[in-house]
Amino acid sequence: MTTSIAPRRAAAVAAARRAAFSGWLLILPAGAVYAGFVVWPLLQGVQYSFYDWNGIGASTWVGLDNYATVFTNPDLLGAIGNAFLLIAFFTIIPVSTGLVLATLIRSLKDGFFTRSAQTILFLPQIIPLAAAGIAWSWMYALTGAVNQILGWLGLEFITRPWLADYGTALPAVGLIGSWVLTGLCTVLLLTGISKIDRSLYEAIRLDGAGWWREFFTITVRGLRQEIAVLVTLTVIAALSTFDIIYTSTQGGPGRATLVPGLLIFRIGFTQSDVGLASAFGIVMMVLVLAVVLPIQRLSRAND
Amino acid sequence: MRAITARRRSVMRPIIGAVAAFSILGLAACAPGGAAPEENEATEVSTELTDEEVVLTIADETGFPVTDELAAEFTRQHPNVTFEVTRDTFQNLTANAPRLLAGANPPDLIRLPTIGDTVNDGLLANLDPYYEAYGWDAWPASQLAPLRMNDEGVRGSGSLYQLGLGYSITGIFMNLEIADRLGIDAPPSTIAELEEMMETAKAAGELPIMAGDSDGVVNFVVQAAMNQYVDTEEFMSWMFNEPGATYNNPGNVQGAELIRSWADAGYFPSDINAIDYFAFVTRFSEGEGLFTFNGNWAAAGYEEALGDNVSFFLVPPVNEGDDHVAMGAANSFSVAAGSDNLNEIVYFLNWIHTDPTARQIIVDVTGASPGGDPSLPLPDVEPGSLIEAALEMSAQIGAENGQVDFMANTTAGIYAGSIIPESQLLVTSQITGQEFVERVQAFYESEVNG
Repeated sequence: MTTSIAPRRAAAVAAARRAAFSGWLLILPAGAVYAGFVVWPLLQGVQYSFYDWNGIGASTWVGLDNYATVFTNPDLLGAIGNAFLLIAFFTIIPVSTGLVLATLIRSLKDGFFTRSAQTILFLPQIIPLAAAGIAWSWMYALTGAVNQILGWLGLEFITRPWLADYGTALPAVGLIGSWVLTGLCTVLLLTGISKIDRSLYEAIRLDGAGWWREFFTITVRGLRQEIAVLVTLTVIAALSTFDIIYTSTQGGPGRATLVPGLLIFRIGFTQSDVGLASAFGIVMMVLVLAVVLPIQRLSRAND
Repeated sequence: MRAITARRRSVMRPIIGAVAAFSILGLAACAPGGAAPEENEATEVSTELTDEEVVLTIADETGFPVTDELAAEFTRQHPNVTFEVTRDTFQNLTANAPRLLAGANPPDLIRLPTIGDTVNDGLLANLDPYYEAYGWDAWPASQLAPLRMNDEGVRGSGSLYQLGLGYSITGIFMNLEIADRLGIDAPPSTIAELEEMMETAKAAGELPIMAGDSDGVVNFVVQAAMNQYVDTEEFMSWMFNEPGATYNNPGNVQGAELIRSWADAGYFPSDINAIDYFAFVTRFSEGEGLFTFNGNWAAAGYEEALGDNVSFFLVPPVNEGDDHVAMGAANSFSVAAGSDNLNEIVYFLNWIHTDPTARQIIVDVTGASPGGDPSLPLPDVEPGSLIEAALEMSAQIGAENGQVDFMANTTAGIYAGSIIPESQLLVTSQITGQEFVERVQAFYESEVNG
């Protein structure tokens, strides 16, 4: 008996090996591209971060000096603080607005109105962020659309150049992000809602639950996965934001809207301090991972 | 599932290990960057133009059409030489310039606002041999000084690495219609008179100074004020990065405090930090503001918009009759060390400074002074035009030896990294003049020493 099983087992093992081998062969092209364009530059970035280097000439080993600068320079720390404040506008506002809108659209009868509402909400998503930044900077100007509307509403006393006011610049820039990301959140959450078992809604209504109870017990719980994905995406967008700021305020007034993405670009390409820019980039990558990984773990733990 | 995952891990681990080990070995083998490339010594200096077919490449900024017109005229005069002009936005071009110059096929000529590390990295051709060969010693030395750099990386002296396609001059434009209404009939001859006029304008409900600072252009005003109080030599030595030079001296502080007092008095637009270069030029052209601080390059546009109702003059000194000081700079271009056509591209540069048609093109297209030998005749300009005023101002500043560089050119990162954000705070009365100067100096030290 054993003699007849052994070769079969050997054959099975050989087949599994062949399968594993061809599997590796199949991912080789993608793996090579990934290694060449993501892993290798990342490792180079880590290496550069230990040098004082202008990107062209000779370089000097400086150990952890660049990292020390990132954690002690008030401008750089301020930029990191601004990025975290932007999470409120890039994550909390779009995801919660998206949840409410998706629930409202679901409760309406499917038809022309709901479909056009979805399309309109998603439209900002297809506009390049750079263009959104420029268009919004016109609307936020002293004579722009925002102040005109406030004027019609009799609110002249709060009109101001929104992007040039130290108190309002960061929220104003953040709201551009909210405007862009709300559509994405709504559409993704709508898809999620359609997968929730209808009978759950019927059951909770038979139990006499109201809109809020239904919203929190069924909708939000059923959308945990989608919410985790959206929070991950939007937190990354907040911490790595560049284009909106670059085209609207350039970090001003003063340093009120300065963010790490803009500073890394300036330090690396204007000041030609590739070492410090790399160190700052690595620190931001670690920060993004530190924020995003727990969210991933949370959504998995809930399953 | 678990078994498969475990096996995958056992396969993955050595691979990841190997990749990591190879990468670390590869990265540790050599520090980034290389030694300075060798200078192009093969080229023998010649002031004769070749009669072979040559294509010269120029990397220029967008919206600077003068290179196209000069190239076309040169090809008309010398059909064997043709040009390829590539353009990118000023910001992109400045950021990419070192990489373009270090590449295998660098452009022969490149717009380069600040020399920075490029000389140290051996990327720019040293023009000294041509300076001798063409006799450029007849050109104004003060105009060429900012284009030189010595072995210690200090500008202002040493070898010549750049030339200008036009040499700019800055001053004050005055809206004569508003001035007339306010009873102002002549340009101010002192800073005190300028302030009186602004006070009159403010009292009459007119905006005294049209300026913007979302992109730092208010620094035309900030530096214009400083220029009148500082020791010019001292200020220049800081801009040229001489060791030990400082921005934090009484003249700079006094100028910055004057700006703070103008901000406190409401002489600037209330939304100044939302106004960029384009917006402040447009708004002055549309008749908003008694004064605006700008350069000769804007003269043609203002004249087109405001007709005879605009004048252009130098920023007045503190005391009547004192010499004037004004920012001015070459629209500076450098030749790549790796250029295959050194003699031809320098011939082109010399031609721009000496050929009457080329000099006329510089004035017509840019409104800037063509530079070169002062004994050469000046190009024709319309009598009474702002361009004529600009050329006269250039000549006067040359005679009074009062030209200073733009402080934005001090280091590569100082404008975006410090001067713009701090000036935004200064012109909205958030910081004092003393704080402005101290903060800019602190950034300067971190960039120069860091």
